Amino acid sequence: MQHSNFYIIMYTIALTVTSGVILALSSLGLKPAQDKNVDMEKKQNILQTVMVVKDREEAVKIYGERVKAYVINFEGEQVKDKKAEDIDVSGEYKKKPKKETDADERKLPVYEILSADKSKTEFYVLPLYGFGLWGNIWGYVSIKGDLNTVNGIKLAHASETPGLGARITEDDIQKRFANKQIFDIKGALMSVAMQKGEGNNYDTDKHKVDGMSGATITGKGVNNMLKDYFGCYKKFLQSKKSNSSQVSMN
Amino acid sequence: MAEVAEKEIKKSEGLFSKKNRKLLTDPLDANNPVTVQVLGICSSLAVTVQLKPAIVMALGLTFVTAFSNLLISMIRDTIPSRIRIIVQLAIVSVFVIVLDQLLKAYVYDVWKQLSVFVGLIITNCIVMGRLEAYAMANKPWPSFLDGIGNGLGYGVILVAVAFIRELFGSGSLFGFKVLPSWYIGNGLMMLPAGACIIVGIIIWIQRSWNGYAEED
Repeated sequence: MQHSNFYIIMYTIALTVTSGVILALSSLGLKPAQDKNVDMEKKQNILQTVMVVKDREEAVKIYGERVKAYVINFEGEQVKDKKAEDIDVSGEYKKKPKKETDADERKLPVYEILSADKSKTEFYVLPLYGFGLWGNIWGYVSIKGDLNTVNGIKLAHASETPGLGARITEDDIQKRFANKQIFDIKGALMSVAMQKGEGNNYDTDKHKVDGMSGATITGKGVNNMLKDYFGCYKKFLQSKKSNSSQVSMN
Repeated sequence: MAEVAEKEIKKSEGLFSKKNRKLLTDPLDANNPVTVQVLGICSSLAVTVQLKPAIVMALGLTFVTAFSNLLISMIRDTIPSRIRIIVQLAIVSVFVIVLDQLLKAYVYDVWKQLSVFVGLIITNCIVMGRLEAYAMANKPWPSFLDGIGNGLGYGVILVAVAFIRELFGSGSLFGFKVLPSWYIGNGLMMLPAGACIIVGIIIWIQRSWNGYAEED
């Protein structure tokens, strides 16, 4: 059947308007539920660097009770008018200076996990964001109360190779970072780095981690990301440390 | 007039008549969308590294094919033939986006696993192929069954390829290790090229089984 041009134009308009309305309604109607999922997942990821969390509901409960979150800048000073929950780490990552001499403008969230009786800070959780082989990688790293020893790390990725670079999401790989140290004895930033090759024992080396066979570039991405963010938080961690050692001396 | 209506009622078949059942079973083997019609190859290479995403992708595609077939078939007489492809595309896109949003809101973990694959359903040739070849010319109910049949036919191949790839590529099934720890994953199985070879072998086996031969 041959339709007139007028019919076709009206048909197109009706189709566009109907689809538009359906899409707008579904997007608006489902947004609260989606945002809640994203927020809950973030809290779960933060807590998972220090403990086993059963599900997202439990994560939200523990987060409400035991997490103290705030925002700092590169100098380690607290930024008063920002909330840690509102900081978009991937957006902040774009502000990373091109040259090392430029000032780093990134806003940096810190999540302090208090002990069960809330008397002291047990862990500091910091976000990570960087680039792997094919796309972005991100995660959280938790640091023990001594502000130097890595407690645990959680990594995620957008598009690393399955079975190779994508292994950074596996527990076996993430466990390798535990108890490694960020600073050397003199307090210089050493970061923690994955090595080339797999199956080597780095138990005695506090800054080296066994690598992933076939995923050296993803490993390098993880190393750069850790170095970048430990660098960002360096002043914060050091000033916290000197504060806490003064308190204990008193 | 009354006589004509009566004849039509007599002619109309049961919901699961032999002809309608054939719509469901045909695409599983003799008219399989992947191995016989060679459609949807692209995504069957992309999402078959592991079993779980393959299964969810198959279900998602079945849902979209079935319901877009149904809807297109219902409005098939109103669609101007000059813009039918765009109309089909728009309707498929709406279904896919709504599905994506629903997954994100209610089964967040599944949504995260699938990530870009749900969006890829739009580009799947099977969906458009069935709309153009079947739903535009047939009644809603047979079109719906045709959509389900083709979705499942695609799913069968997807799961078969994913089974082989995950087993030999990473020595596991559904993420659980099943092969002994000395087994080193086959890197080729991890790459899309490995899937291409497996699909080729499946086509070969199926054709010699069914006695299919290319016409000269």
